[in-house]
Amino acid sequence: MLDEMDNDRRGFLKCMAWAGTGSLFAFSGGVGSSIGLDAALAAPVRRSTTSPFTFVQLSDSHIGFNKPPNADARATFRGAIAKVKALPVQPDFIIHTGDVSQLSRDEEFDDAEQMLKAAGLPVFFVPGEHDMLDPDGGKLFLDRFGKGTKGAGWYSFDHRGVHFVALVNVADLKPGGMGNLGADQLKWLRADLAGRSSSTPIVVFAHIPLWTVYADWGWGTDDAAEALKLLARFGSVTVLNGHIHQITQKIEGRIAFHTARSTAFPQPAPGTAPSPGPLKVPPEQLHSMLGITDAMFVRGHDRIALIDSTLSA
Amino acid sequence: MTRGFKMLTFQAASLAAGAVLMSTISAMTKAAPAPAAAVSIDNFTFKAPVLTVKPGTMVTWTNGDDIPHTVVAKDGAFKSKVLDTGDRFSFTFAKPGQFGYFCSLHPHMTGTIIVKA
Repeated sequence: MLDEMDNDRRGFLKCMAWAGTGSLFAFSGGVGSSIGLDAALAAPVRRSTTSPFTFVQLSDSHIGFNKPPNADARATFRGAIAKVKALPVQPDFIIHTGDVSQLSRDEEFDDAEQMLKAAGLPVFFVPGEHDMLDPDGGKLFLDRFGKGTKGAGWYSFDHRGVHFVALVNVADLKPGGMGNLGADQLKWLRADLAGRSSSTPIVVFAHIPLWTVYADWGWGTDDAAEALKLLARFGSVTVLNGHIHQITQKIEGRIAFHTARSTAFPQPAPGTAPSPGPLKVPPEQLHSMLGITDAMFVRGHDRIALIDSTLSA
Repeated sequence: MTRGFKMLTFQAASLAAGAVLMSTISAMTKAAPAPAAAVSIDNFTFKAPVLTVKPGTMVTWTNGDDIPHTVVAKDGAFKSKVLDTGDRFSFTFAKPGQFGYFCSLHPHMTGTIIVKA
């Protein structure tokens, strides 16, 4: 118990120190908040003895979307990729947290794949509900982006000591429900995590938030608690989601939750509109509401630093 | 005499009216299209969420949202393709019963068709 408390306190202080160096992650009232990319890049970054690595999260590109407020979701996705290429520290890879396409059309998937090639980086995908709309319920997506994955497209991999888990919560959704992982995937997750040391940093990514952001709009995952129970023993867990086209974050125990902006269109804050449909912002505002998330891992720090930046400027 | 004539006229008129009514009904069963009903999809909602129709009614859903939706029966009896903005899906409910359905993309969107004679 004391150990745990000490560990939490140490983690908190580390984060404070980290924030103090002007870099990436600040604590305020127990909830992490990310700061602007430009500010973060301008500040001196303390060099760790082990080299840090970064990866980038892209989400909700909705290739094929062409209605207000964005007549060309391809152009804004291209803009997001250009933003990645312009990062002074190139990420090791990209994760795409789903809704690659608007309507699961093969040409939408193909355009996304071709555009991503310009980044010259490995890309790891999970599907969103928009990627499951072909007659075979996601086959087009899985054939292209999910080779070697299990079930509806879940998998895990290790990178420089961090364990990454890609979950699918958009398959076989139940009437009246929200996102759903399902018994098979939870069973797989239990086995996947079983042999791992609790000190292994874990990054989980999935399309729909793994905590309930807003039940009235289905912004949550019905059986997420089962997954979070399996993750609770790990010292550092970061959960990265998309789906809601805006940044939200919270920390619960040692689990940090974060949702990314879309590269296609913003959605309203929970309950502020009659529906979660696209927020029809004026053209000059659009790019400031789209963006990418840069995630930085430094060994010895408890949490991954997340830097959200917009497509404007 | 006058009264008798009036009665006769009334009976004839009634008969005539009855004959017209009968022929209308028979024409309807022969040629008129099946009864139809509509459900619009707006703001991530099926309107109306509960709709009562007679057996044989063709129900048509139209997506008015900027985001695609689907119409999928809970028991698998019907399943639309993905409906983009303005797209429609129709299903004819032949038998009485209660048919729950939902949007497979946004499963919090649910509706029910009640088919009653």
